[in-house]
Amino acid sequence: MSSMAKQAQQRVGLLQGTLDMLILRTLLYGPAHGHQIGKHIQRTTNEFLQMQHGSLYPALHRLERRGWVVSRWETATDRNREFKYYRLTNKGRKQLVAEESQWKQMAEAVARVMWPAAEES
Amino acid sequence: MNWWQLQKRDADLERELRSDLELEEEEQRESGISEGEARYAALRAFGNPTLIREQTRAIWSRNWLESLARDLRFSLRTLRRTPGFTVIAILVMALGIGANVALFTVVRGVLLKPLPFHDPDRLVMLYEAGLLGDDATGSNVVSGGMYAEWKNQNRSYSSLALAKGIRVGLSGSGGQLPEKLNSALFSWDMLRTLGVQPALGRDFTLADDSPGANGTVLLSWGLWKRRFGADPGILNQTIFLDAQPYTVIGVMPKWFDFPDSSTQLWTPVYQENREDVMTSFSNHQFRVVGRLKPGISASQGVADLSLISERVHNEHLNDPFVFRSASSRPLLEHIVGEIKKPLYLLLEATFCLLLIACLNVANLLVARAAVRRKELAIRTALGGSWLRLIGERLMECLLLSASGGALGLLLAFAALHWLTQTRSDMSRVESIHIDSVVAAFTVGVVALCALFSGLIAAFSISDKRILGALHDGSRSGSGGSARASLRKVLLALEVGLTVILLIGGGLLLKSYERLRSADMGCITQDVITMHLGIPDARYATPARRANFYDTLLDRVRALPGVDAAGFATVVPGQGYQMDWTFSIVEHPPLPQGSGQFALSRWADPKYFHAMGIPILRGRTFDGGKRLDAANEVIISQSFANQYFPGEEPLGRHLRVNGRNAAVIVGIVGDTRYEIGEAPRPVQYYPLDAGVENVGTLVIRSSHDLEQFALPVQRIVSEMDRDLPVSDVLTMKQLLGKSILDQSFNTALLVAFATVSLVLAAVGLFGVMSYIATQRTTEIGIRVALGAKRDQVMRNMLLDGMRPAVFGLVVGLAASLEAGRLLRDLLYEIKPLDPAVYAAVAATLLAVAAFACIVPAWRASRLDPMQALRAE
Repeated sequence: MSSMAKQAQQRVGLLQGTLDMLILRTLLYGPAHGHQIGKHIQRTTNEFLQMQHGSLYPALHRLERRGWVVSRWETATDRNREFKYYRLTNKGRKQLVAEESQWKQMAEAVARVMWPAAEES
Repeated sequence: MNWWQLQKRDADLERELRSDLELEEEEQRESGISEGEARYAALRAFGNPTLIREQTRAIWSRNWLESLARDLRFSLRTLRRTPGFTVIAILVMALGIGANVALFTVVRGVLLKPLPFHDPDRLVMLYEAGLLGDDATGSNVVSGGMYAEWKNQNRSYSSLALAKGIRVGLSGSGGQLPEKLNSALFSWDMLRTLGVQPALGRDFTLADDSPGANGTVLLSWGLWKRRFGADPGILNQTIFLDAQPYTVIGVMPKWFDFPDSSTQLWTPVYQENREDVMTSFSNHQFRVVGRLKPGISASQGVADLSLISERVHNEHLNDPFVFRSASSRPLLEHIVGEIKKPLYLLLEATFCLLLIACLNVANLLVARAAVRRKELAIRTALGGSWLRLIGERLMECLLLSASGGALGLLLAFAALHWLTQTRSDMSRVESIHIDSVVAAFTVGVVALCALFSGLIAAFSISDKRILGALHDGSRSGSGGSARASLRKVLLALEVGLTVILLIGGGLLLKSYERLRSADMGCITQDVITMHLGIPDARYATPARRANFYDTLLDRVRALPGVDAAGFATVVPGQGYQMDWTFSIVEHPPLPQGSGQFALSRWADPKYFHAMGIPILRGRTFDGGKRLDAANEVIISQSFANQYFPGEEPLGRHLRVNGRNAAVIVGIVGDTRYEIGEAPRPVQYYPLDAGVENVGTLVIRSSHDLEQFALPVQRIVSEMDRDLPVSDVLTMKQLLGKSILDQSFNTALLVAFATVSLVLAAVGLFGVMSYIATQRTTEIGIRVALGAKRDQVMRNMLLDGMRPAVFGLVVGLAASLEAGRLLRDLLYEIKPLDPAVYAAVAATLLAVAAFACIVPAWRASRLDPMQALRAE
């Protein structure tokens, strides 16, 4: 019973973590504001991931709270207006590395289960 | 994260969302969508900004303290938006909480705090008990002789001490007027028994408390400050009490007020009283305090004393007035005995009031929740959690109760201040303080109120109804009937409690009216009384005393405006005071062990005329007979009925202890020695015999009564510079003073009942208005379809009256039980007085109808077209 509950928690955590990871990865290119991050993820995945702003902003603020990103109001180069730019911290970089490897492990594990033939060849 | 940072964070988030949304809008426009549509497209792509904000904010404020702060802010905002509701709710709470805190403080101070004596649980008040003449009594004051026997022979008490309240005249000195003071006689070991030390100076010693000793006196703190300027040099000085010298040996602590709060002096009892009083077994007049030895129970102690009494009784079988057993009560119970019941009753009443207040606030909240139900439903649909909604309700209630509590504490403070000022006569009034326990009680009450009203309000927004609320919202034809029914239940409860309070108040009020209008047997209008005592030291002989009274009365009667004047030792309404045993000379001797006694008073011949006590048969005293020659007696009607049944009393003779037989010359009407007590037989002896030295001067006049105070005082001080005149009271004031308790209790309970009636009316009005609004559409349709307006009104009225009638029935039934609590406090009426019940029912129905009629009338005047368009 309790192990099942733990499993469920892990899954949710992973999924949530995925968005965090994507954001952190996006910020690796340099500072960006929320809109840019959302658009970037959406475009790069060929609109496969429809960015929900409802989860994007909470995620950004969560990352900021954990100290993985910091934010500052800066004037955009193309528009003469201020946006809230997020940038990666060192802590965030480390987190990205950790999450990346975790994700890789999981992707490989899933792959091994899903396509066992591929491994044989 | 504190509130300030959160605030900043909020603004930041708002700005971030706005700038990003604007960007989205710009991009939409740039991709060629028209101006107007770009906005909507942007919003579509972006999602609901409000929701995003809520969710993002939640990231930052996840711990409970922050969510509490958020609830607090939200509630504050909600409350501020409806100032009317907020003010009413806070006032209602303040009233309920204030009344409870005030009364709890009183109960705690008076009843719950231990007495300020050493090891007070071992202190008991001792009484004589058994048969006295024809009366049986369980707790009679003790005779000096029996006290001595108890003290010498008991094995259960580490000490027994004696007390008696008296009045003494303090001579004028240093330019101060003479005055009459309440004083107490103590046996030398009383303070040691209680475990109290004087604050200044020393305690009495055995040597002080013996017949030959020089006079010694202890002063109360108050008297020392007031009269002697708090000068410590007063120690070992001499003051004059009833013209006798006394040496001040000490000052008692400020809080010390035994045997009662009016006591200002203490003197030793054996030094003061004649030996025969202190050794008599049949002259009962002392209070005895005992300290039980460790390990001895109160009943063991009483058994011990009863054995001694039994033996003494058997040795004096020829004296019918020697008791044969003893009884005891804890000292605290003795001191607060009379006030205990009314206090607890009032506490119960205030608790009812608090409950009503809570119900009322809950009711208002439910009503408001009903108005806001669409908002709440939408919030729930958008993902607002139910727990949060409950949290908000509770927080709102907590805010209301806490503000109410703060205000209530102020109210309580004011009420207590007023109480201790006006009721300084109440026992232990000095121990009434708002302290930490009371503060904790207040906090507890506040929390309880918040929880109680909050939960009721919260559960009225059950999440199951959300969808229903949205459905209702589309067309409010029969909306919110479930919620209305919850409110009706609350209302019925409120009405029920109100009925109980009203019945209680009504019963006390009627009882009080009976009491006030009780026939005292004498004139109570146009009479003023003044207390006067002439010290034995200066008026040693009967002749001097009789002369004093004659001169005084002659001069008072000569004052302009005086219709009549008289003097008696005790006037009606001043209490039992004194009785004498007597025998009737013409009757055969009574069997051994039985005896007769009646109240005894001394009066001058014109006293009966002045007081309007009718002389039914015979005549008044012969004014020419003085001193030993004044051997006449006048008896009251009930005396004649009881001791001379079917016999002519006039001309018979009464013999009292140590006096010549007196002939009965007249029969006068019955009077009550105390308001609320049945008349008892009285024997009046002539003042002219010069026996008595204390009494009350009465003056009857149709002019302003107060104006006589000064001239009489002048007459007295001309006759004797050191003589104080005290207790200048009109007969009405005197009687009012003796029923102060009743009037006080009645006033409070009636006030509580009135407040709760108003609260119930407000509640009823609110519910009716709400129901009327809810049913606007329905009524519109009905009227449009041809329903008669008076029919609509009748329907609405009946709808509103139903909870009132239901509550009334419940309340009446509960009052049958509650009335029993009142039984001991009622005078000449039964707890089931039908007139009171009928009056309460009628009042309540009238008020309820009045509260319902305005909304009902408004509903019946609806214009159907407007009603249908209202949605």
